[in-house]
Amino acid sequence: MNAVEQKLNRSIKIEEISGDSDKSQKGSALFLKILSFLSPLFLLLIWEVLAKLNAIDVRLFSSPSRIFAALLPLISSGELLYHTLISAGRILLGFIAGAVPGVILGLSMGLFPPVRALLMPLVAVTFPIPKLAIMPLILIIFGLGETSKIFTIAIGVFYLVLINTMAGVLNIDPIYMDVARSFGANRIQFYTTVALPGALPMIFAGLKLGMGTALLLIVAAELSAARAGVGWMIWRAYDMFDIEKMFCALIVLAFLGYIFSYFLDFIEKVVIPWKNS
Amino acid sequence: MNTNTEAIRAENLTKIFKTRRSEVVALENVNLSVKDGEFLCLLGPSGCGKSTLLRILAGLEKQTYGKVYLKAKNTEKPLTAVVFQGDSIFPWMKVIDNVEYGLRIRGVPARERREIALKYLKLMGLEKFADLYPPQLSGGMKQRINVARAFASDPEILLMDEPFGALDEQNRLILQQELLRIWEGSGKTTVFITHSIDEALLLGDRIVVMTAQPGRIKAILDVGMERPRDILSIKSSPKFVKLYREIWEYLREEVLKARNFTGSGGK
Ligand SMILES: Nc1ncnc2c1ncn2[C@@H]1O[C@H](COP(=O)(O)OP(=O)(O)OP(=O)(O)O)[C@@H](O)[C@H]1O
Ligand SMILES: [Mg+2]
Repeated sequence: MNAVEQKLNRSIKIEEISGDSDKSQKGSALFLKILSFLSPLFLLLIWEVLAKLNAIDVRLFSSPSRIFAALLPLISSGELLYHTLISAGRILLGFIAGAVPGVILGLSMGLFPPVRALLMPLVAVTFPIPKLAIMPLILIIFGLGETSKIFTIAIGVFYLVLINTMAGVLNIDPIYMDVARSFGANRIQFYTTVALPGALPMIFAGLKLGMGTALLLIVAAELSAARAGVGWMIWRAYDMFDIEKMFCALIVLAFLGYIFSYFLDFIEKVVIPWKNS
Repeated sequence: MNTNTEAIRAENLTKIFKTRRSEVVALENVNLSVKDGEFLCLLGPSGCGKSTLLRILAGLEKQTYGKVYLKAKNTEKPLTAVVFQGDSIFPWMKVIDNVEYGLRIRGVPARERREIALKYLKLMGLEKFADLYPPQLSGGMKQRINVARAFASDPEILLMDEPFGALDEQNRLILQQELLRIWEGSGKTTVFITHSIDEALLLGDRIVVMTAQPGRIKAILDVGMERPRDILSIKSSPKFVKLYREIWEYLREEVLKARNFTGSGGK
């Protein structure tokens, strides 16, 4: 007990001392990076070892080496890229189709109480409906083509962006509105210098949530009446009991999610330079 | 510049805030006249309605009863500019854009307004920080930007709500001196709220002492010290000491009254 305490004390001391200099701060940042890189690697290793030892059923859980072996031909034949691009295109279109009206309507609802009073009940009633529950309805209305898939994604993104944008406007500190008013800003000036920049952080929070939902919905949307796409690949692999292919599709989804959120982070840094600068 | 004409007049101003549960009388029958080019200081216990009075003068709040007149000499200039109590600097604009804000709203060309803004940033000792975003600055720096923003818009009337409240003693002294210098050159009518008797005596031509809630005018004192003023020599003058005592007597009564009021929950 005592020894442990001493050790703890010492490590705290070391941190304090190293915290002083810039160099070692960079060093510890590198250390943290390495740590977060190691953890997935470690997980893969355990998985592989368990598979090799037959501790898990590879027919169900597969193994990293088997998945990797299945991945290579999928990549070289171009099959994987083909499905990935199709899904990415649907996500992007659906995302834009949902986010743009979401931002516009969210800003209007935040800024104008009459618009809010008019639309809020509609939003409040329809928002909690699970988007998956209305997919059959969407299919009946829009048919089996592309529109129904894009619309499914769009509707999921729309609500998250709308609600976050509105909250963003409503949460702007009233003192900023007073500043704008006291200098005599007109409506448009108020909109461009206070409302929009003030709500941007929340708008981006909404966009990021929307992106997560889009990934969720693409798989569901491609379940029914699709002939291509990563989601379709998953369901197809399910029919064929092709576990490796299924994992390959999951990797693609994770990769897509990563790329999209990286992209959003990048845009956020450009558009919101005052945040953690 | 005729210093005898009025720039601001408030007649029987009363402001009642109605909330769901209760009514707060923030101001009651306030009569006030500020001369053109005068520096008027408002002193009073916390919560007595100083900010409310200022916001009514700025047109940000509507009085419940009474009338306010503000006189514009030059219709080209904005009538008022406010230095708000607390942090009111836009975090999403660079320091320089914050200072330019009033000029931008008025449609002053970009080149010209940058020049003006830089001038006031320099006066506040902040030119090095022009291109930073406010979240990277200290509270005191933000408050100086707040002051620079109001001055840069070149209003007829300056309304300042405890602009130096968040500053440390040294910076406060420097900025008081700086404010005196800029102000004495500008001749702007100014209403200045402060908690500090020192500051009121240092800066003001007249000092209005307000009562605890509901805010009424308790006393108006002429400072009557010559300008340009020098902070150090003023502080050691016998007149300063005498006025300080007088104001403190008024304020002490009111602060005690306010404490008893909140302490016992009634009169
Ligand atoms: N928007 C509002 N709604 C309800 N009550 C308010 C509102 N604004 C101010 N009050 C009340 O009016 C009174 C005066 O407030 P005010 O901010 O003018 O005081 P103050 O003299 O500026 O105080 P301080 O020196 O602490 O800044 C307070 O009792 C306050 O609670
Ligand atoms: Mg106040």
